[in-house]
This record gives sequence, C-alpha cells and structure tokens, in this order.
Amino acid sequence: MNREPSERVDVCIVGAGPAGGLMADGLARRGHDVVVLEAGPRFDADHEDRERRMERSIRPGHGPDSVWEMGGERDAYESTGEQYYPLNAARVKGVGGSTLHWQGMVMRLHERDFRLETETGVGADWPIAYDDLRPHYADAEDELGVAGASDNPFAPPREHPHPQPAFEPSYSDSLFADACEELGIATHSVPNARLSEGREGRSACVGYGTCQPVCPSGAKYDATIHVERAEAAGARVLDRAPVQRLEHDDAGERVTAAVYATPEGEQHRQEAREFVLAAGGVENPRLLLLSESEQYPDGLANSSGLVGRFFHDHLFAGVGGTLDRPTRQNHVGFNTTESHQFYDQPPDGSRGAIKLEFLNYAGPSPVEMALGGDDWGDEMLDRIRANYGTHVAVGALVEQRPRAENRIRLHPERTDDHGNPVPDVVWSLSDDERRTIERANEIQRRIMDELGADVEWTVGPESTGPAFHHMGTTRMGADPESSVVDSQLRTHDLGNLTVASSSVFPTGGAMNPTLTIAALALKAADHVDERL
Amino acid sequence: MELTRRDVLAALAASGAAAGASVSLASDPGDGPVGDHEVDTLVAVARVVYPSAVDGVESFVGQYSVERARDRPEYASGVADAVAALDEYSRTWEDAEFVDLDAERADRTLSGFEVDTADPDPEGSDRERVRYYLVNELLYALFSTPTGGSLAGIENPQGHPGGTTSYQRGPE
Repeated sequence: MNREPSERVDVCIVGAGPAGGLMADGLARRGHDVVVLEAGPRFDADHEDRERRMERSIRPGHGPDSVWEMGGERDAYESTGEQYYPLNAARVKGVGGSTLHWQGMVMRLHERDFRLETETGVGADWPIAYDDLRPHYADAEDELGVAGASDNPFAPPREHPHPQPAFEPSYSDSLFADACEELGIATHSVPNARLSEGREGRSACVGYGTCQPVCPSGAKYDATIHVERAEAAGARVLDRAPVQRLEHDDAGERVTAAVYATPEGEQHRQEAREFVLAAGGVENPRLLLLSESEQYPDGLANSSGLVGRFFHDHLFAGVGGTLDRPTRQNHVGFNTTESHQFYDQPPDGSRGAIKLEFLNYAGPSPVEMALGGDDWGDEMLDRIRANYGTHVAVGALVEQRPRAENRIRLHPERTDDHGNPVPDVVWSLSDDERRTIERANEIQRRIMDELGADVEWTVGPESTGPAFHHMGTTRMGADPESSVVDSQLRTHDLGNLTVASSSVFPTGGAMNPTLTIAALALKAADHVDERL
Repeated sequence: MELTRRDVLAALAASGAAAGASVSLASDPGDGPVGDHEVDTLVAVARVVYPSAVDGVESFVGQYSVERARDRPEYASGVADAVAALDEYSRTWEDAEFVDLDAERADRTLSGFEVDTADPDPEGSDRERVRYYLVNELLYALFSTPTGGSLAGIENPQGHPGGTTSYQRGPE
C-alpha cells in the first residue's frame, strides 16, 4: 500500500473510529479532500473473519485483548494511580476503532448533564446546552441506525421516533418489570446501535450472543461503515500509520502537518488546511503532549495546562444472583430494559447519576461452562444444567466526577515501539463516587429482594471497575484558561485544530458516551466545513 | 439428542468455516494434515467428552472436522500435532493408539494425561494442546449448535445465529 502523503489536502483526521469516520464521511461528501491516518490495521471485514474472532472471544486459550490484536509494544501503557486501569481491554486500534468491540448502547445525555455545576454546585458546565446538540443527536441516531422506542419517561425531549423499532423486552425483563412495579421503579426500553431490521445491505441482528467483543452479522454498528462510506466519497484512509506528533507554524497559531510512521519504518508529513484529532480520550491528549515544541514546551493546545487532566470514566456497580425458576439468559448479548429513574443528580450534588441496566446475559453460558470445566461427558452436562438458566443481575453505570488529579500523562521512562513515551493512566475514585456506588447497590438489592433472588455477588465500591469510557482529557469550555477546546471543538490555541472525541466532555453523566461522541463529531464537521 | 447436518453447519458457522446452508459437506479428509486417523481420533475423543445423550457423533465430528480443516492449514496442523501427542501418551501407558482404546481406557487415558485439568493453550504443552485442539474443539462445536445448546437448556447458544425471538420466550 502506498503510504506517501497526499497533496492539497483539506482535512487530515487522526483516528478511524466513530468520530473520525463520521467526520471523514461528512466532509468528503461535501467535496473536501480528506486523509485519515489510523494507527492500527484495517481488519478483514468479511463474515468469516468476524466469526473467527468470535470464536477467539468465546474459547479460553486466547487473551481477551487478542480478539482485536491489542497489546505489545505498540500499545504499551502504565497505570500508576490508586486504582489500576486495564487500558488495552478498553480500546481497539484499527479502522473502526473501539466500536469494533463495544456493547452498542446509545443514549442521549440529559439536559442537566450540560449544566451540572449550575444545577448542583459540583462538576462543570458544558459551553453548549442540550438544545444545541439536539439536532445532531437526531442525525447521529440516524447515522448509527439506532433501534429504540419513545417509552422512557426520563429521557430528554426528542423530535422524531428512533430510526429503527426497539428490540422487544426479554423474558427476564418481564420478571424485573413486575418487581420494579411493586417498588415504584419505572422501566423502559434501551436504545441500541444494532439493527432490529435490515438496512442498506446490513443484516438485522441474528442473535449470535457475542456483541461485546464481536458481532459477526454486522448488525451492531461499527465505524467501518462510515469509514467505507467516506472512502467511497473520495477520502483516503491509511492504516498502520500512527501519528507521532503534530507540527505548527512559526506563529504557533496553526497546525501545519501530522508526522506519521509507516510499517516500513519511514516517516512522512501530511499537510492539510484543517486537522482533527479523533483518537480517543487517551491518545488525543497523549499526541498533544508528544507534540511539544520550543514555543509550546508543555505540549500543543495546552496553554491551560489541562491537556490530559480531568480524566474520568463511568463506574460499574452490580448485584447478581439466582432465582428458583428459569430466567433464559445468554440468548443475546445486549440488554433490552433499563431504568433511568435514578439518573438525574439531586440538587445538592450529594450523589452522581445512576443508570440501571437489567442484564440479558447474567451468569455463565453453557458453552463457556463446557470449555472451562475440569470434567466431561455426563458429569459436565450435569454441572452445566445445574448452573445455567436461573441467573439474574442488575448492573449500573455510575457517574464519575472530573477531578484534575485524574489524568493521562506521558510516562517518564517507558516508551512504545517508536520510542515515544507511553500513556500513564492516573486514576482514582472519590468518596462521593463510592457513596453513589453504594446507593446503586442499595437499589439493586431492593429489586433483587423483591424478585426473591438469592444474591451471590455484588460489585460495590471496593470491587468496581471502569466501563471503558475515556472522557475529559481535552475538556470543552468557553474560557481558554480552564478548557482546551471551545464550543466548536476547536482548540483555543490553534485555529485549525479540532478535537472530536469523548475527550472533550467536561462531564460524562452516566450514559454510554458514543452517541454523544457521534453528535459532537457531526457538529464539528459542520464547523470545519464552514471554515473551509 | 441426534446431531444432524444442520448442527454440522451451525458448528462450522460458529468457527468461521462455512457461510451457510448451501455449503456441501465433504466426508473425505483429502491429503491435508487432518486425515482419516486424525478424524477417527477426534471421534474417539468425542465419545469420551460428549454427554451420552448425544447421538450421531461419528458423522457430526467427521463432517465438521474435515470441513473445519479445509483451507486452514495452521488449525489442521495443530490438530494433527495434538493427535500425535495423545497417541504417544496412549502408546506409552496403554500400548495402543487412542483410537484403538475401548471407552473405559480412553476416558482413563485422557484423565491420566490430565487433559481434564489442563488449561487450553494452542501454543502450550502436549496436554494443553490436546485440551485446546481436541477436547475444547469438540466441545465448542457441540455447544455452539442448537442441539448441543438444547441439552443444556438454551436453544440459541452463544456463537449460533439463532435469531431474536428465543430470548423473549419464557420457559416451556
């Protein structure tokens, strides 16, 4: 493959995930010359390749990071905070980005999320309101092919139904619905970025049950769809072309080139009129920090000193157990019922947002039990029958507040395969967050008690982990002293540098972030188009 | 429960080896590393590790293994290598290749080799490769089919594209 730089490029986009793919597609279709530089490979998109990756995900003997070939010197990292962060489990490098392994849950943030500091006195406000993003949310739902229903009494206002009908509730949802009704907890459908009906040559979901980390049918949205559409519109996409640093002009006002490496060991400079960072909440700040210069010794776009700061994620809380009757789990790998009743933060800011999820895949699946046991034959089957079929679980995403001490920084000693300092994830939990997790656990236990479940496990404050949503590290704001990008997602310091990613989220609520990433990317594409 | 041609196709689909019901199933192993002896050994292993309620093991394993090995030389050589390792152990302790053992001796041989407690690892020790390429290979094939799943109470098991209605249904 020719990895020489292109001439007369309008937009150079770093990263071929959902933000990069959507921007490349939107800008190429508007007639702009677009080049996308992606650090990872272009995976085979055929059905057989996806099924082989699915097999790797189910069968023990392969590390979970190996399904999408993460790991090694390219992806080296450190985690030096109080709480360990398993970074390579949380991302995929390649055309399609982390949507290749994501779950595919797509909710809009609530109106209050955009003005959290004003409403509760904690966190931060966004420089835009829900209404500013609302039309882009609708467009993003259409682009991703979201299956959803307008039955959520807690959701922010919307103008049209979702583009696809929602998936019907599961059998276990009906058990939870009865218990929740007794407790006065409203349940509702889940917007899913997977097709419930075929569309544009893509299959509807056929129930492989392995959504995360592989959907062999292609019903689950991944960003290869928009990358391929962008290429059809004339965009050029270079895989295995990791950007090493950005260069700027003498005035320090504009980015002039992205310097990238090739598998052959060469380095090239891609010049362009506009640049977009769309490499996620870890690699975006890392690349800005790696792009230090005489004029910007602390890294590019970092006059605020906040590049890499305010790293936050969502925290998982959960309670699981068994019933004395069948629950029919593990037929599909996605959820169909949630409750956002405990989402909005109280006015005194005493706890963060909580989003309840009722799992359709509680407990081990029979194939996993068969492959992981130390027996076989009838003894194995007896064990599987005894352990499959009665599990239930309620999960939750819990809000984490942005705190400056949680950050992505360059590790002072360890380097990657190109000699660049690796990202160091400094991550910890606050007492407020632990209390919110405890509150989520209380609600979950009430529901499980009402169901009559025998509770077998709890993921609480001491055992929680991240939901793999990297936010906050190039935060958006109106004030250049307290933020990295403005409301157009353009850096305050460099006039032709846009950041499209969850890295711009000032706060993250407790909603899965990809729909908001997509909406912001569509908004940013409009702004870049206007400037061109 | 009888394993059928539909189950063979389902197992192959779960491993990325076949695209649909139109595929024609070969029964002749051909010239690759997975020949008659390897297929016969897989059948013999399946008779140990599959539950006794499963019928049609020989044709299921035979058709699945031949088709699975087609166009996948790395996988085929892994199976052949694991069969050789199992035979070596079997000859040492039972003076016979694995396919020639009766059911009791076959079970004793696999257990004696500690395959039941071995971690499956395609790059690991002899017993770990036997676990990966023979035992887990066969268990994955079985439990990713509707028939195998139904044995355990799930008609649409993980790895099988069984549609989006079964998850909505309550127990029978």
